Amino acid sequence: MSVFEDVRKIIIEIKDLPEESITLESRFEEDLEADSLDVVEMLMSLEELYDIQIPEEATEGMKTVREVVEYISALLGQDA
Amino acid sequence: MNEQTAIVTGSSRGIGKAIALQLARDGFNVVINYRQNREQADHVLEEMQAAGGQGIVVGADVSNSEDAQHLIDTAVQTYGRVDVLVNNAGINKDQLMLRISDEEWHQLIHTNLDSAFYCSRAVLRHMMKKRYGRIITISSVVGINGNAGQAHYAAAKSGLLGFTFSLAQEYGNRGITANVVAPGFIQSDMTAALSPEQSAKILKSIAADRLGTPEDVAATVAFLASPQAGYINGQVIRIDGGMSSI
Repeated sequence: MSVFEDVRKIIIEIKDLPEESITLESRFEEDLEADSLDVVEMLMSLEELYDIQIPEEATEGMKTVREVVEYISALLGQDA
Repeated sequence: MNEQTAIVTGSSRGIGKAIALQLARDGFNVVINYRQNREQADHVLEEMQAAGGQGIVVGADVSNSEDAQHLIDTAVQTYGRVDVLVNNAGINKDQLMLRISDEEWHQLIHTNLDSAFYCSRAVLRHMMKKRYGRIITISSVVGINGNAGQAHYAAAKSGLLGFTFSLAQEYGNRGITANVVAPGFIQSDMTAALSPEQSAKILKSIAADRLGTPEDVAATVAFLASPQAGYINGQVIRIDGGMSSI
C-alpha cells in the first residue's frame, strides 16, 4: 500500500468520511473538518504504523494530506 | 472476563486499595498497581478474587515514564481495553515550608504530579481510539485550601486540578471525562500518625464529626468511573464530611 493509501485509511477510521472525499489536495481543517486533535490522532497512528517519530516542529506545517504524505515518504526514503 | 477494565495506581493499600476493591465489585477487571510492596498488592488481589472479582497485579513506579507506559501496556495486552484510569499514587512528607529542602520539594512534585501526567498520556492514546474513557485523579482538600506543613504536597495536589481541567477540555469531545476527587481527612496510615490533640482539633472542623473512610472515597470514584457519569467533566468533588461548610 502506498503512503497515501495508508494516510487515507487512517483518516477514514478517524473521521468516517467516504474514500473519494480524501485526496492529496484535501486540507485537514477546511475540507475534512478535522480539528487539531484529529490531526494528532492521525499522526500518532502513522507513527505506530511505520514505527517512526514525527517531531512536533514538523507537524506545524502539515495543513494538507499531501504535506503529510510527502513528509513520511521522505522519511521512509520512498516516492510519494 | 468483564466488559470494562480499570487501572488504579498505588492500590496496594489505603484509599487506592478501597477503590480497587469497589471497582471490582462493580464488575471491572481491575489492574492493581504497587511500587514497593508486592505482597500487599497480592493480598488485595486475593481479597478481590474471594469476593468474585477479577484483576491482575502490576509492579510499576508510575512517577517514571517507562514504568507508567508499561503499566498501561500490560493492562491493554491483558484485557484488550482500558476504560478507567484512577490516578491515586502519591506520597506525603510534612514539613514547614522554610524547612523543605530542594530535594524534598522536587520529590513531592515529581511523585505526586508527574505520575498523573505519565499515566494519563499513555492511557489517552488508547482511550482516544475507543472514544471512551474515565480519568479520575485523587487530589486532596489541601490542594484547594492549602495546609500548614504541606506546601509541597499542596502545590502538587493543586497542580492536579489544573491538569485535569485541561484534559477535560482537550478530550471532552472524544467521550472521555476527567475529574478530580478531593478527600479531606480519611482514616489512613497518614492520619493514624496524628497526636490526640491534632485529631481533636481536626474533628472540630468536620461537620460529620468523624474522619472519612477509604470506602467513602471509593464510592464516589466508582460513580465517576461508571458510564452513567458521562456528563460530569472537569469537576472537583470534595469528600470531606462538610469541612468546607464550617
